[in-house]
Amino acid sequence: MKEEDTQDLLDLASELRWEVGENFHDTLVEGIYADAAQIAQKTEIKQGEPNPYSFERKLDQVLTSKKYGFPIMILILSIILWLTIQGANYPSGLLANFFLEFLHPILKTGATHIGLPWWLDGFLIDGVYLALGWVISVMLPPMAIFFPMFTLLEDFGYLPRVAFNLDSLFKKSGAHGKQALTMSMGWGCNAAGVVATRIIDSPRERLIAIITNNFSLCNGRWPTQILIATIFIGALVPDGLSSLLASIAVIGVALLGVGFTFLSSWMLSKTLLKGEVSTFALELPPYRPPNLWTTLYTSLIDRTLIVLWRAMVFAAPAGAVIWLISNIYVGDLSLANITIDWMDGFGLFFGLNGVILLAYVVAIPANEIVIPTILMLTVAHLNLIGAGDGVMFELESTTETAALLRAGGWTLLTGINLMLFSLLHNPCSTTIYTIYQETKSWKWTVFASIMPVVLGFLVTFLVTQIWQVFH
Amino acid sequence: MTELEACDSCALNNSAQLLKLGINVENADYVIALAGNPNTGKSTVFNALTGLKQHTGNWPGKTVTRAEGGYRYQDHKMKLIDLPGTYSLLSTSQDEEIARNFILFGKPDVTIIVVDAARIERNLNLVLQILEITDRAVLCLNLMDEALRHHIDIDERTLGKELGIPVIKCSAIKKQGIPELISTVHQVATRQIICKPHRIKGLSKPAQKMVEKLDQKIRKNYPGLPNSRWIAMRLMDADVDIIKALKNGDFDQVLT
Repeated sequence: MKEEDTQDLLDLASELRWEVGENFHDTLVEGIYADAAQIAQKTEIKQGEPNPYSFERKLDQVLTSKKYGFPIMILILSIILWLTIQGANYPSGLLANFFLEFLHPILKTGATHIGLPWWLDGFLIDGVYLALGWVISVMLPPMAIFFPMFTLLEDFGYLPRVAFNLDSLFKKSGAHGKQALTMSMGWGCNAAGVVATRIIDSPRERLIAIITNNFSLCNGRWPTQILIATIFIGALVPDGLSSLLASIAVIGVALLGVGFTFLSSWMLSKTLLKGEVSTFALELPPYRPPNLWTTLYTSLIDRTLIVLWRAMVFAAPAGAVIWLISNIYVGDLSLANITIDWMDGFGLFFGLNGVILLAYVVAIPANEIVIPTILMLTVAHLNLIGAGDGVMFELESTTETAALLRAGGWTLLTGINLMLFSLLHNPCSTTIYTIYQETKSWKWTVFASIMPVVLGFLVTFLVTQIWQVFH
Repeated sequence: MTELEACDSCALNNSAQLLKLGINVENADYVIALAGNPNTGKSTVFNALTGLKQHTGNWPGKTVTRAEGGYRYQDHKMKLIDLPGTYSLLSTSQDEEIARNFILFGKPDVTIIVVDAARIERNLNLVLQILEITDRAVLCLNLMDEALRHHIDIDERTLGKELGIPVIKCSAIKKQGIPELISTVHQVATRQIICKPHRIKGLSKPAQKMVEKLDQKIRKNYPGLPNSRWIAMRLMDADVDIIKALKNGDFDQVLT
């Protein structure tokens, strides 16, 4: 079409717009609603009960009530975490036994037999293979228990109720109510949560949702929280209660994340991202009985195996890097030990240590490998690796992971601070890349990546100072 | 052989002619769009047709990007696009824009509109908007099992007449109604069924007149454009995206 014709058309449109008045939009929407109502009336056949969703309404009244909403939410999360912690220990031990104690020596012997040079053998078997073994035995069992339960809850329709409970708090923080949904998505994966912010129309509120999504504990971080809570916090009380206390600690961290989401949303909306709050009505989807087997299948494929695969993909090169830095010597010390010693002073200032800090550098590609990296670096640092061709460490259960970490100088404070730092640190590289993709702004990408780390150091520093006052 | 297996392999059963192609969607003969409100089971329908295992959560707004998949039916290769679930096509959030632009400029051969049978009135708001844009659509009345459980049934023949498009009752999660859906979509794609979609009638008289006037002018400039009336309404509403598209000549492309 010619340009003049287009202009002609647009002129006519604006002329008509003046004639019909400002409210064409309303007329149109009203027209659509009227038609829809008419058609629905002609075609809908309601039988029997006049109030078909009465049970759902009652359930909603309880689950989203001001009085019971939050306690029920915390209770449900506690039950899931408690079952995960209780159930994961034994299979974890079995897997560790198989990969690290049974298969590893066989591979080593095999490698010697075919005459593999020591460095290749070390690089592949002590580096890549061991890292994979750690990842599978530490992460698979908790994920295989946690994710199906979480997915069942999601499919039933509970998560939108959580979002509903949090909705008004988001509005008070100057953010969009839909951020409650994207935050809950972040509990699965932050990169997915960031993409999900597309449901928020206003760029200002969308940016707030993107920047604060990292405060939702993601798939890769739940296992870290669960393991460290079991080792350091669960151990504070007698056996019978330890899983319960550990679950409460993990929930505490998750809720702290929610708290930080509100706090930073509020601060951003008061400073860098000022503006009006959009109104919207959050729709509660119907409850649906989850299709048990399909859910189990998809949560195993979609979440557990994908997260595990991602962890393995990143763990293999990380394992290689760890082996390399542990075996390249400068003078008497390995590169890893030099870095760890150098970072130790800085780390202790925040109640962390050099191993943790180095692990977080190595683990930027994926949060999933933080714990395996920490374990391998601790072993390397304690000089257990390469101490002969036999078995280097036995990890039959979390008790022995605990023993290993304690040997590395860890205390309750280290455990608590690691849990806090795991909540408050830079997003993984996938999420950072996604943030850039969604915002197309380096400025906000850098801000979203640095802000949580700064916050993490601030919080761990404060905790350490307070701790030292009392000890 | 059990009864169920016998049914599945029978030549009269459409599922036997259905070949799920997963993500292999190159050189498709027809492009099928999947649209609908959030949380109506679009992704479940998508999975049932393509054999893919897209995660289907009970979430409003789970699909924010579009997913693609394919299936083969009676020598025709169909490419299926799962659009983000939206309540309307009138506002400006990204998910609504993706859905609208695809139906408008992606020229799908058929649009499957998935609706929640138990919430028909609210779902129809989007259906009516989609029918203004495209005249080749099939209504998938999904979640029928849930609706019946809540004592709601739909007179699908009347609904089909009112909307002017085929209506298929489904329960995608139980794979009920999927064979009928597949064959109907195929019939619409191959023009064995010609739709006469409902047009929004509820406008006020003066508004109706103005839309008609503008519509005439658009049709003069773009003869054969199927959604000229909808574009007229968008122009009356001062939709900046549509104005931009007009200036860029995007609608010239739609016609080629």
